This record gives sequence, C-alpha cells and structure tokens, in this order.
Amino acid sequence: MSRSEALVDAEWVEAHAGDPGIVLVEVDEDTSAYDKGHIRNAIKIDWKKDLQDPVRRDFVDRVGFEKLLSARGISNDDTVVLYGGNNNWFAAYAYWYFKLYGHHNVKLLDGGRKKWELESRELTTDVPQRPATSYKASEQDPALRAKRDEVLDAIGKRNLVDVRSPDEFAGRLLAPAHLPQEQAQRGGHIPTARNVPWSKAANEDGTFRSDDDLRTLYADEAGLDFGKDTIAYCRIGERSAHTWFVLHELLEQPNVKNYDGSWTEYGSLVGVPIELGDAR
Amino acid sequence: MTSPDQAQVDGCGAQAGGVPVTAATDAGSQAVVEGRVVRDNAPLSTGYARLLGTGDEFVAEVPLGEDGGFRFFAAPGTWRLRVLAPGGARADRSVSAEYGKVTKVEVTV
Repeated sequence: MSRSEALVDAEWVEAHAGDPGIVLVEVDEDTSAYDKGHIRNAIKIDWKKDLQDPVRRDFVDRVGFEKLLSARGISNDDTVVLYGGNNNWFAAYAYWYFKLYGHHNVKLLDGGRKKWELESRELTTDVPQRPATSYKASEQDPALRAKRDEVLDAIGKRNLVDVRSPDEFAGRLLAPAHLPQEQAQRGGHIPTARNVPWSKAANEDGTFRSDDDLRTLYADEAGLDFGKDTIAYCRIGERSAHTWFVLHELLEQPNVKNYDGSWTEYGSLVGVPIELGDAR
Repeated sequence: MTSPDQAQVDGCGAQAGGVPVTAATDAGSQAVVEGRVVRDNAPLSTGYARLLGTGDEFVAEVPLGEDGGFRFFAAPGTWRLRVLAPGGARADRSVSAEYGKVTKVEVTV
C-alpha cells in the first residue's frame, strides 16, 4: 500500500462516488452526523453498534461481518471508500477492520468529514439504496491485530507506540472525566513505549501530513526503530488505528499491529508492568 | 458511551458532535470551557472548535453544534481556543479553565 493507493481526495470522491464498484461509507460512533447530512451516495456504519460484539468485548465474528456487509450491499469486489468525523479516527479503525477481515480494496478520504465540511462541499440527507449481496469474509488476519500476551512479550523488543495524549501517557489522566465506564484500573503506559499522540500525524484540516514529515516524526523525533516490528495502542484502539494507518499504509512499514485492547485492557490487567511519567 | 450533551477531551470513543449550550452547565468538579461561534450575527453550525495547549499542542476538538455551541472538559490552566470555519476563516482566543467553573467564550468569525 502507499499514499496514492490508500488515500483519495475530495475531487476524486465527487467524481467517482456514484460509480459502479465504488461504495462510499461514513463511519462514526455517533451516526446522527450522517443523518443530518452526508456525502452523496454514502451509506453509514456505526463504529459500535455494527462492528462490536454486543455482549463480549470483541469484534463481530467473521459471519457477523459477512452479514453486515451483505446487508449494506457491499460486494467482495467493491472498492470501499471510508470517511468520518473526529479526524477520520473511526474511518481509520474501519479501514483496519476491513483489512483484518480480508477486504483489501479500501481507501480513506483524506481529511474526512471535517475537510469536506470546511470546504463547504455538498451534503445530502438522501440515503442510497443498495441491493443486498452475499459477502464472504476471510478469517481475521493475525498479522494486523495484537493481543495482550503478544504486547507483554513485545516490551523492550519491539516498538510500542502509545498514541494517547501526554497526560494519559504520564498517568495523570485515566480517562476523560465524562467517560468513566471506559476507564482502566491504573494509569500510565506500557514500559518502553514511545508517546506519539495521533494528532501529530494530522494537519489542522484532518489530512495526513506528508510522508517526509511523518518519517521525521516517528523515526527522528520519537526514535522509532523502523528495523523493528511495531505495535500501536491508545485507550480502545481507534486512535491507534489512525497511527496504524500512517505506519503501515502510508509509510509502508511491513509489520505493524494495532492493539485494540489498548489501555482499557492493559491498565486493568493484574501483575503487568506499568511505567509512569512523561515521555523521555 | 457518551451522552449527547458531553464533549470530548481527546478520548478514544469520545462523542463526535457539537453540543447545544442553551442548557446551563453545572461544572461540578470539572473545568469547563464552553461557548458559541457566531458569523454575521447568526450561530455558525458548520465548523470546529479546537483546544490547544502549550506550543499549540492539540488537546481536543469538537464540531460546532446546531446553535454554534461547543464545550470542553479541560484540565485547569490556560488554553488556546481555535475555531475553524468554512472558507478558511479561523479565530483564536486565550481561555482560562479552573475546577468548578464554567468559562464562557463567544467567538465571532
């Protein structure tokens, strides 16, 4: 993957969103944004309701993903173009998720909903009707998703990138005060992790910074060893999906995983090592 | 997850969407920064409010609500509030937040 394959711009979407074989998808946690107005021809996916198992803390399984995409009228051969709010956090998460289940033809709209709105481009409340398909997903690709034991084993061996804010990294904040239900038992970060907040990879309009800037950010400023494998994490895994996208898709680092259990899992595990304090 | 009247502080799973600020906010033990963005004497409902720290370090961002409103649950301190509006317009304000207080800001772009 490369920048030209992984990203499209607004002009491309305006020209191609209605083409056969192209499915535009808005992904948000709060789909009221979609309901008030979305890019023409876009369908919606709810980050939580559609992509998370309603009981266990995990994704919908392969069959569930097949049902979801079939019902939304997405075929295996379609090119899926994702965009969303929050600087594409949830769209990047969905991008990673689609790749996890073997849908390789995925792209992100650079800048997402924010850039589109700031450029006063057209939004509509028309909801496109797509006939159901018979989507077939692959089993999850273990090369993209890190789980807790692998993360523990990676301490001191691989790059660990904590993409939360410096206050969360240092342990001064467990979670925003209004999200107590997502709070870990302990604050801090995984020992040896580097703190590169996701926001450093994005411009003010939500677009990704240039490849040169991104390489400088991760390799020179944060001291990531690009010769090692990398695991990114945040609090529940979608800010780190944004960073996974940068490292794996834009900078084409071969072995990058997203730890979606992230700090809400790690910070509640019994007996694991935790480091406190600001990044060194 | 969050309820519709809650804004984000750079959190995973934080609420996307601006908030109406017509209802009075009880700061409780929080340091709240909230306000409204106005353009041509009317609320600006399309735009974004960003909270920036020292050196313009990103802290949080919310889309403006239907009434041009925004709200942040900040840590105590001095912050830069930046509003991004369509047409490349932007406005910066310095704001102070303290626990138990609602700091109100009105921004015209």
